[in-house]
Amino acid sequence: MEVTLKTQILDAGGIRRTINRLAHELVENNKDLEKIALIGIRSRGEHLAYRLANLIKEIEGKEIPVGTLDITLYRDDLHGRLDQPKLKSTEILFDIKDKTLVLVDDVLYTGRTVRSALNALMDIGRPAQIELLVLADRGHRELPIKADFVGKNVPTSLSQEVKVLMTEIDGEDGIVLIEKEEDGK
Amino acid sequence: MNLQSRHLLGLEGVSKEDITLILDTAESFKEVLGRPIKKVPPLQGKTIVNLFFESSTRTRISFELAERRLSADVVNFAAGGSSVSKGETLKDTARNIEAMKIDMVVIRHSSTGAPHFLSRVVKANVVNAGDGEHEHPTQALLDMMTLREKYGTLDGLRVCIVGDILHSRVARSNIFGLKTMGAEVSVCGPATLMPRYVEDLGVKVFYKLEDIIPHVDALNVLRIQLERQKSGLFPSLREYHRYFGVTKEKVDRAPKPITIMHPGPINRDVELSSDLADGEHSVILEQVTNGEAVRMAVLYVLGTSN
Repeated sequence: MEVTLKTQILDAGGIRRTINRLAHELVENNKDLEKIALIGIRSRGEHLAYRLANLIKEIEGKEIPVGTLDITLYRDDLHGRLDQPKLKSTEILFDIKDKTLVLVDDVLYTGRTVRSALNALMDIGRPAQIELLVLADRGHRELPIKADFVGKNVPTSLSQEVKVLMTEIDGEDGIVLIEKEEDGK
Repeated sequence: MNLQSRHLLGLEGVSKEDITLILDTAESFKEVLGRPIKKVPPLQGKTIVNLFFESSTRTRISFELAERRLSADVVNFAAGGSSVSKGETLKDTARNIEAMKIDMVVIRHSSTGAPHFLSRVVKANVVNAGDGEHEHPTQALLDMMTLREKYGTLDGLRVCIVGDILHSRVARSNIFGLKTMGAEVSVCGPATLMPRYVEDLGVKVFYKLEDIIPHVDALNVLRIQLERQKSGLFPSLREYHRYFGVTKEKVDRAPKPITIMHPGPINRDVELSSDLADGEHSVILEQVTNGEAVRMAVLYVLGTSN
C-alpha cells in the first residue's frame, strides 16, 4: 500500500502575494513594457500568465499580450510513452519578432519542458530575448536552465512531487508537496 | 490518448473516440500550417515510405508534405519504373521494405485489401491511402474535419454523397465515418452506379437530385471517372450532367445554402458546375488544406504511439 503525505507550502493568500510580487519584479526589470509579451506553457502556465498580465495592467495601466504554448510536439519523451499526451494548440496571435518574451510555467524541475518550449518558440519566430518565470522551483535540473523570476524555492527530494493548484483548473489556489512513501519503509 | 489500432486501414469499425482524437489533433496541426515555419519535430528519425501502386498526384503530395512537416525522412516509390513492373510480388516488396528499416508505410493500391495484407506481413505502421474500390480513410477524415469546422459538430448533420457510389472508396469511407459520428448520410446517383444493398450501410438512397437537395446541409460530389462511360454504365457525359450534375439552378431550390464538397480533381461542368465549385459555399480548397492537417494527425498519432 502506498501512503501519500501532503504538506502545504503555500495557501491561497500566499499564492496571491507571490504572484503580486512577481508582477512587480517583471515591471521593475523590464523598463520597456511595450516590448514585453507573456507566453504561458499549457496548462497552468497559461492561467498564471493571464493573472500576471491582469496585475501588470493594474500596476502600470498597460495591456501586455499573452500567448499560450503547447510543447507536446517538442517533447523529448514523445516516443515510447504508453499514454500519449493529447496535443493542444499553440495560440500566439502576435508577432514575437524582436519581443522580450517571458516564458511562464508553474513548476521548474528537470528543465526539459523549458528546453522544449525554447525550441517551439524559435520555430515560431525570432524574439529579442526570452526570460523564464516560474511559480515554484524544486531543483534537480538535468539541463543548464535557470529561472529569471522565481515565486518560491521548494527544496525537494526525488521521491517528492510539487503540485501547483490553480483555481481555474483545480478549484483552489496553493502549492503542495506530496510525499510518496511505500509501506514498510 | 492512443488509437485502438496500430494502423489506419479504413474507417469501418473505427470508434467515435478514435475519429474524434484524429480530428482534434488535426485542428492543432492546422495551427502549425499557419505559421511562418511549417515544420515540427515529432517524427524526427522516423522513415516513411510512400508506396503508390496507382497513380495519384494530390494524395501523394499531401502525404509527402505532411510527412516532411513532421520531420520524418521520406522515400517515394511509384509502381511505374520500379521492381513491380519487373514482376515483384507485393509480399516481396513488403519484405524488402522491412529489411530497409522503414517505420511507416503509406500505401495506395488498385486492389482491395492490399494495405490489410501489408499490415500482416510488416512490422511498420500502415496507412491506407486508397485501396481499390474499398476505402480511402484520410479523404473521409478530411471531409469530416471540414464539415465539423463549418458546423461545429457532425452529429445530426445531413450529408448526401452524389455520383458513382459503386466504384467509390471515398463514398464508403465517408459513409462509415459519418455514420459513426452521428451524421445522417444519403447517397444519390444513377442506378447503374449504385451498389446493391447499399441501404444495409444505413444510408438512404435517392435516384433524383431534386428529391434530396431540399433535405441536406452538404453535398459531397464525387468525380465521375470518364472511362466508366465506355463500359456503358451511363450513356453520355451530357446526360449525366443533366440528371446528376450539381448545378446552381438545382441547389438554389433548397431552403438554405448547401455546402459543396468535392474530393478532386473536378470535371468542371460534368459532375459539378464551375460557378458552384468556385462559389461562396464551396469548401473544396479548405478540404485540401485540411487534408494535410488530417494526414499529419494520422501519422503523428500512429507514429508516436510505439
